[in-house]
Amino acid sequence: MVKNILLLDSEGKRVAVKYYSDDWPTNSAKLAFEKSLFTKTMKSNARTEAEITMFDNHTIVYKFVQDLHFFVTGSDDENELILAAVLQGFFDSVSLLLRNTVDKREALENLDLILLCLDEIVDRGMILETDANVIAGKVAVNSMDPSAPLSEQTISQALNVAREHLTRTLFQ
Amino acid sequence: MAQPLVKKDDDRDDEAEYSPFLGIEKGAVLQEARVFNDPQLDPRRCSQVITKLLYLLNQGESFTKIEATEVFFAVTKLFQSRDIGLRRMVYLMIKELSPSADEVIIVTSSLMKDMNSKTDMYRANAIRVLCRITDGTLLTQIERYLKQAIVDKNPVVASAALVSGIHLLQTNPEVVKRWSNEVQEAVQSRAALVQFHALALLHQIRQNDRLAVSKLVTSLTRGNVRSPLAQCLLIRYTSQVIRESATSAQTGDRPFYDFLEGCLRHKAEMVIFEAARAITELSGVTSRELTPAITVLQLFLSSSKPVLRFAAVRTLNKVAMTHPMAVTNCNIDMESLISDQNRSIATLAITTLLKTGNESSVDRLMKQITNFMSDIADEFKIVVVEAIRSLCLKFPLKYRALMNFLSNILREEGGFDYKKAIVDSIVILIRDIPEAKESGLLHLCEFIEDCEFTYLSTQILHFLGDEGPKTSDPSKYIRYIYNRVHLENATVRAAAVSTLSKFGAMVDSLKPRIFVLLRRCLFDSDDEVRDRATLYINTLGGDGEVVETDKDVKTFLFGSLDIPLANLETSLKNYDPSEEPFDINSVPREIKSQPLAEKKAPGKKPTGLGAAPTGPPSTVDAYERLLSSIPEFSGFGKLFKSSAPVELTEAETEYAVNVVKHIFDGHVVFQYNCTNTIPEQLLENVNVVVDASEAEEFSEVARKPLSSLPYDSPGQTFVAFEKPDGVPAIGKFSNVLRFTVKEVDPTTGEAEDDGVEDEYQLEDLEVVAADYMMKVGVSNFRNAWESMGPDFERVDEYGLGPRDSLAEAVNAVISLLGMQPCEGTEVVPNNSRSHTCLLSGVYIGNVRVLVRLQFGIDGPKDVAMKLAVRSEDEAVSDAIHEIVASG
Repeated sequence: MVKNILLLDSEGKRVAVKYYSDDWPTNSAKLAFEKSLFTKTMKSNARTEAEITMFDNHTIVYKFVQDLHFFVTGSDDENELILAAVLQGFFDSVSLLLRNTVDKREALENLDLILLCLDEIVDRGMILETDANVIAGKVAVNSMDPSAPLSEQTISQALNVAREHLTRTLFQ
Repeated sequence: MAQPLVKKDDDRDDEAEYSPFLGIEKGAVLQEARVFNDPQLDPRRCSQVITKLLYLLNQGESFTKIEATEVFFAVTKLFQSRDIGLRRMVYLMIKELSPSADEVIIVTSSLMKDMNSKTDMYRANAIRVLCRITDGTLLTQIERYLKQAIVDKNPVVASAALVSGIHLLQTNPEVVKRWSNEVQEAVQSRAALVQFHALALLHQIRQNDRLAVSKLVTSLTRGNVRSPLAQCLLIRYTSQVIRESATSAQTGDRPFYDFLEGCLRHKAEMVIFEAARAITELSGVTSRELTPAITVLQLFLSSSKPVLRFAAVRTLNKVAMTHPMAVTNCNIDMESLISDQNRSIATLAITTLLKTGNESSVDRLMKQITNFMSDIADEFKIVVVEAIRSLCLKFPLKYRALMNFLSNILREEGGFDYKKAIVDSIVILIRDIPEAKESGLLHLCEFIEDCEFTYLSTQILHFLGDEGPKTSDPSKYIRYIYNRVHLENATVRAAAVSTLSKFGAMVDSLKPRIFVLLRRCLFDSDDEVRDRATLYINTLGGDGEVVETDKDVKTFLFGSLDIPLANLETSLKNYDPSEEPFDINSVPREIKSQPLAEKKAPGKKPTGLGAAPTGPPSTVDAYERLLSSIPEFSGFGKLFKSSAPVELTEAETEYAVNVVKHIFDGHVVFQYNCTNTIPEQLLENVNVVVDASEAEEFSEVARKPLSSLPYDSPGQTFVAFEKPDGVPAIGKFSNVLRFTVKEVDPTTGEAEDDGVEDEYQLEDLEVVAADYMMKVGVSNFRNAWESMGPDFERVDEYGLGPRDSLAEAVNAVISLLGMQPCEGTEVVPNNSRSHTCLLSGVYIGNVRVLVRLQFGIDGPKDVAMKLAVRSEDEAVSDAIHEIVASG
């Protein structure tokens, strides 16, 4: 359903990309696609609303913020609004995860979160989730495994766990 | 994991190129990956290293087999850590590395442990990873857990198992099919996305069982589907069921139509759109059924979201191809989209309007487009120019407005491709609409007054030379042409000289004036221009008097070169300057089979300047001249058709042979073009022995062997067959190449005296019905069809059986008949369920034939076709049906 998700910078270079179809078998084919897509879309104003274009028999929806360009590609007979929902999910969850400072630098510094985010949105072309809150929630789960022995936890983590225990018992 | 990988450094804040991965290098990162082996794991550091590895992979870096294996083994060590963040990166890394089967075993137990963990996140991710890397044998071990996971209380776990099932169905269908019960339970899940994934999987499991799909759709359309995505899927499955049951219910109400219409009132836009699109794509949709769908799409047209506008205008554009009337209601909204910021939307709106427009709205539309043209990119302008060209062919009476429009935009700024598209369009209009000729030529003349593209100037001058002399007042073009001689570069000047002389040759009264002009060109600074002027002054003859031009001169000026340029070039290169003059007749006339890559390029439709009058006929002429020069075949009469060369050998074999089939009324001549690709051999007495035992109506009457075939210099041998007069006899011929081989000493190039007889098996050759049909297009099919009249019309219906697609079926019939598709009807729009294709041709005996083909998809893949033939001869109409019936 989804052929690729791309996150490029303001010069068309990769920040993070994920391909799900074999339309682009080699890395150079992928780079060529990214380059021509970027050149084609760079002048458009996709900052307030997501924009859309047809390109090489693919439908592509895209949205820009700061120096980041978000793209979602689907086949040309895909429901455009479904692709837009995926794009919105990706865009919003990245905004949540980067706490609204969405730019290239922040994205690269938190590349692990971006990659996990991509992993939670689409699995080999199949849409997993489009709700940004759910996606960000899944990615941000970051505490220690509660069943881990205390020896492996740092003091602050241990305190956190203790605090959670306490609040839980208090609210019951 | 939210910590930055590298501490922010305030000094570098302003630096644009700052990146935490600056100067990253694969070797160094692989070294760093050794921390995975530390007895005391540092989760944060390990995560950072994995992120770096993933970054490298993401940038397109690849690991060698050994590197990948090392990283994989190191990563498996990290299962010891209980840090959730790190574990997730481990999952990601394993998926990225896609380990081989023997490596998978290492992580299987760790992943299976995670699959049974109490943490939902572990369970969900472990399922996805394991299903991604597993093979069939392992799958049976974990099947039990997967079935449980499908009905897990946690939606994330259930979705992970279902989505993995969708992927596994491709490789291990028999296993996944056993999960039907659990999947069916999951379809009823309260979690929206679980329902979506379960529905997708269930449909895929049952997709080959029509009844089961129908049942599934029936129960769900009544029930409550929570997720908009699932609802979209349901709409798709529903239209599939409708397609498959459409034929049985011709009574009026279409099953499930109410469901689709109900979805138009759904609260999610994606569902509304999916339903509207599904309705517009119903086969044989009525205007009553279309109306509600068009209404919602019309609302979308004025949405603030570009995606929504695009989706709507694109769908309406498709509807406009089949039901232009249904879309006219949206024309006002569509017109406001002409100025849309998003140029894809604007272009779709324009082309839709041009499709739905009627003759009376053309003028208004043109005015609007004129305003819009100035602020769009060239590529969109080309689309618009092409749309206008077809509009003009549709409404020939409107040529004046459209021609004006084209000439106006021709004057404006634009790149080469755009200008070429306009010039091509004008040329096509001149050719197809006789009334448009004079004004069109004048527009072109004005254009070359101020044209920066040498290519276009020369092409237009050439065209002017062919068409200008035939107009009512040829003299008015002379000024434009002669101006070029003063003002342009040498290439254009030379072209202008040729054009001038064409006027001189064709219009005797102009000859004295042309002579004066040509004489002035004798003082040009460029050799080519002077040479041409001298040549034409001499060939035109008559010393500037008003005399009729010699016929030979006319053929020289207007005739096309019947020798392939490539062959001429080779021959000229090989020619040694000597006493003996170069003989143009020594140039081989046969066309060397081009390499595959080149063949594709000229396969594009020949439109505009580059093609038409000098294009295809010249090869036929060349063949005709070639054949009539051979005494054995001179009595066969007029050549009806020559086929394209058919390869009889594989590429890169010792001897390359292709064959051209020449069809005469009572004869067929096979021209075998042979090339010897072995430098050490000289072939003599080359002959093709043809066995016609599978072609009963044919009998061999003559043959012309090739006396010698040296290395890499193509030669031809011919075999002629007699067949009943005017009858489209068909048959299969097997061929053997027979020859005498002589060894050649590659150093001296001399052949030995004695040779050895040898033969070489060629592939079979068939004469098919399409060989008796000449591709001849008509510009206005409808007019031609009407004027042919229904006297000899034959209509019948055929089932074409299961086909891959409608387009494939259409192409098969076109190539079976060998006719020329008209008005671009050979192109089948994606996803269409029916299609009409118009064909035209001339059948043996010079009988004009027109064919109207109506295709429809009947059932899942079965294609049905209605064939209507009109021709000037009843027997020919019947013959066409026979071709289809037996093909």
